[in-house]
Amino acid sequence: MIFQHDIVIVGAGLAGLRAAVECAGQTNVAVVSKVFPTRSHSGVAQGGITAPLGNEEEDHWEWHFYDTVKGSDYLADQDAVEIMVKDAPRAIYELEHMGVPFSRTPNGKIAQRNFGGHTRDYGKRPVKRACYAADHTGRVVLDTLYDQCLRHQVKFYSENYVLSLIFEGKRCGGVVTYDLATGEFYLLRAKAVLLATGGCGRIYKTTSNGFASTGDGLSLAYRSGIPLEDMEFVQFHPTGLYPLGILVSEAARGEGGFLRNRLGERFMERYAPAVKDLAARDVVSRAILTEVKEGRGIGGKDYVHLDLTHLGEEKILERLWEIASFVRIYLGIDPAYDPIPVAPTLHYMMGGIPTDVDGRVMVDEKGSVIQGLYAAGECACVSVHGATRLGCNSLLDLLVFGRRSGLAMMEEVKKVEAPPISDATLKTMEEQIMRLLNREGGEKVDPLRRKMQSTMMDYSSVFRDEEGLKKGIEEIRSLKERYQDIALLNKGKTFNYELMEAIELGHQLNLSEVILISALQRRESRGAHYREDFSARADRYFLKHTFVFQTPKGPKVRYKPVKITRFQPEARVY
Amino acid sequence: MLIKLKIFRFDPNKDEKPYYQTYEVEADPMDRLLDCLNRIRWEQDPTLSYRWSCGHGVCGSDGMRINGICGLACQKLVKNFREEVLIEPLPVFKVVKDLVVDLSFFLEKYNSIKPYLITKSLPPERERSQSPEQQRLFEEAIRCILRACCTASCPINQNKETESYIGPAALVRAFRYLFDSRDEASEERIALLDHKDGAWGCQTLWKCTEVCPKEIPVTKQIGQIKKRIYESKHPK
Repeated sequence: MIFQHDIVIVGAGLAGLRAAVECAGQTNVAVVSKVFPTRSHSGVAQGGITAPLGNEEEDHWEWHFYDTVKGSDYLADQDAVEIMVKDAPRAIYELEHMGVPFSRTPNGKIAQRNFGGHTRDYGKRPVKRACYAADHTGRVVLDTLYDQCLRHQVKFYSENYVLSLIFEGKRCGGVVTYDLATGEFYLLRAKAVLLATGGCGRIYKTTSNGFASTGDGLSLAYRSGIPLEDMEFVQFHPTGLYPLGILVSEAARGEGGFLRNRLGERFMERYAPAVKDLAARDVVSRAILTEVKEGRGIGGKDYVHLDLTHLGEEKILERLWEIASFVRIYLGIDPAYDPIPVAPTLHYMMGGIPTDVDGRVMVDEKGSVIQGLYAAGECACVSVHGATRLGCNSLLDLLVFGRRSGLAMMEEVKKVEAPPISDATLKTMEEQIMRLLNREGGEKVDPLRRKMQSTMMDYSSVFRDEEGLKKGIEEIRSLKERYQDIALLNKGKTFNYELMEAIELGHQLNLSEVILISALQRRESRGAHYREDFSARADRYFLKHTFVFQTPKGPKVRYKPVKITRFQPEARVY
Repeated sequence: MLIKLKIFRFDPNKDEKPYYQTYEVEADPMDRLLDCLNRIRWEQDPTLSYRWSCGHGVCGSDGMRINGICGLACQKLVKNFREEVLIEPLPVFKVVKDLVVDLSFFLEKYNSIKPYLITKSLPPERERSQSPEQQRLFEEAIRCILRACCTASCPINQNKETESYIGPAALVRAFRYLFDSRDEASEERIALLDHKDGAWGCQTLWKCTEVCPKEIPVTKQIGQIKKRIYESKHPK
């Protein structure tokens, strides 16, 4: 079947829905999502959204600007960061006006809490900057934006899986989707397409990411000849519930919790004397794993304790209800009385599809943009997070750049005619899927995926070195070969998840290779990318963005300079 | 430990009627039932269908009937079950395949209550003021993840004669806006809820409250909606 829209948005998390809300009622917009919209991974965000509102104490956008740039280890593009932090208060008030149920201060304002790396007066001490709704901020914002979409009758293609981006000449003109419920193929023609498909945490064995975070949008762009930027920068959140990897929000430390090792020491005092447990995530993750390496993990194992027992039951239930319920359900522990076992868990991709500050996708390191294609949210790299993202800056990124993409798309669709996309592409995709379904072969999805996940965990996580990264590349390339021989047992048309997971695995293997190659080439340590064989930051050689291109001879790396407008690189100490 | 899962199977494209299939899975007592289902699908039978996404009770994808009680497979641990667990789709809704049900009926009811903040006055430049006490009134209601366990467990919704009842999930969301001090449409909302298939459809049977995976006091909130409707007609 063929459908025509002005704008097609792929992904129904916060970036996609924020863009949809901007366009709703003014132009013909449709949202495609492989899960029902409110099941999107943005909903799992717990802690909050940063904005220097100053509701709890003095704060300024310049401080937020500095913290974000320092957090990024000076790799963020400062023009983009400035846009984001200046727009933050507007983005928050707008959500509040839409109905987001923020927690409140005693005088009725939006409440704010501490979060890692957010400080007053350029690094002096922690500042309360994160606006929150208890510990389910992402979920209530997702619900509110979805409800706004319903109100404005946005068309949803729910449980539709995007198979391909369609180009006509030098324009993107739509997508081909596969309806999971019926097995039908759709061609959605559009004047503009927004990729808002989120991250790819499921490449790793231990992750806070949902099962849907498989990086489809990143890989679809890469396959279409679009480079991927800064993919070596993957963030491990320090406090994943051990051993499951479920997120325990930084809000737990923002509300006063702290980490302890086997000896009961508050070890962050040694690693970050100024802000202690509220240092940036890469710093805390490395500290935890250093404690473990040196034998101070709990019971000699690979985790430490997050101690909330001094906060008291009342505060925990009021501010951290969800987290307390996870700990109770999955570990049988009450955090008011017992410390929580935690270990780093893969959480967020700083890199992604390169875009300008209005979501337009760049096709090269010179900044040339392609018509009709946009990206926003975790799958995009603007870049506002550089080498490490600070907590609560992600939701801000989604809201600010989701909206800006929406505005830019509306401008573009007013000016252009829909490109003539023939239905031939639909037939080609149908044939490809049929071939995959009918292929005879000896490989299965699950063992290959497990091997990929452990390879990425072993060679490309918090600590890296050349030998490991090379081994990882070898391993992933052999998996890519075996993937060619994959065969499916489920030939059905209705909710055939084996088929979807097989396609996802192809994307994941592509992205694994890009991450490893980007990491191998960056012979320095910066933010979340820590090389044991090159442990210092090397601004002289690597103050630049990695761009990886797909070529017939394999991935090719080029570089793009960083935009520095206000803060010159200096040592990053917390 | 070895655990047996007896699972409801039905593919309308090829099966004349539903049947049950039993699988054996090696599991750790701390594993989630969702882990067991994944293992079955990945290692034994890729034709099994169910929805899942976040895996820890936030997204609301994997609601199903577990030993007769509606719940989330990702919130149930293996250690709490004896050797065999009966897994069936949520009742009330039409089965699309195996454990996947058609929720369009549920979503229609949800949409009907106008699930968004309605204001008539212009917003201030900054946030609207709301005290912590005002916010606390509907704080439990915003935990709802639209998993539909409540509506699926409600005897009124299960009864064919009264299935047009709007159901507890839609009422929880209605409560959330009706009791939000920022909302300016209580008359409109009360009119939407004041009929036999609205708030008055509830017969206070508590099943919704028993199964809510987010511990929302659903029945109590429906009671407060009824009280609010009554008070609007009988001003003091």
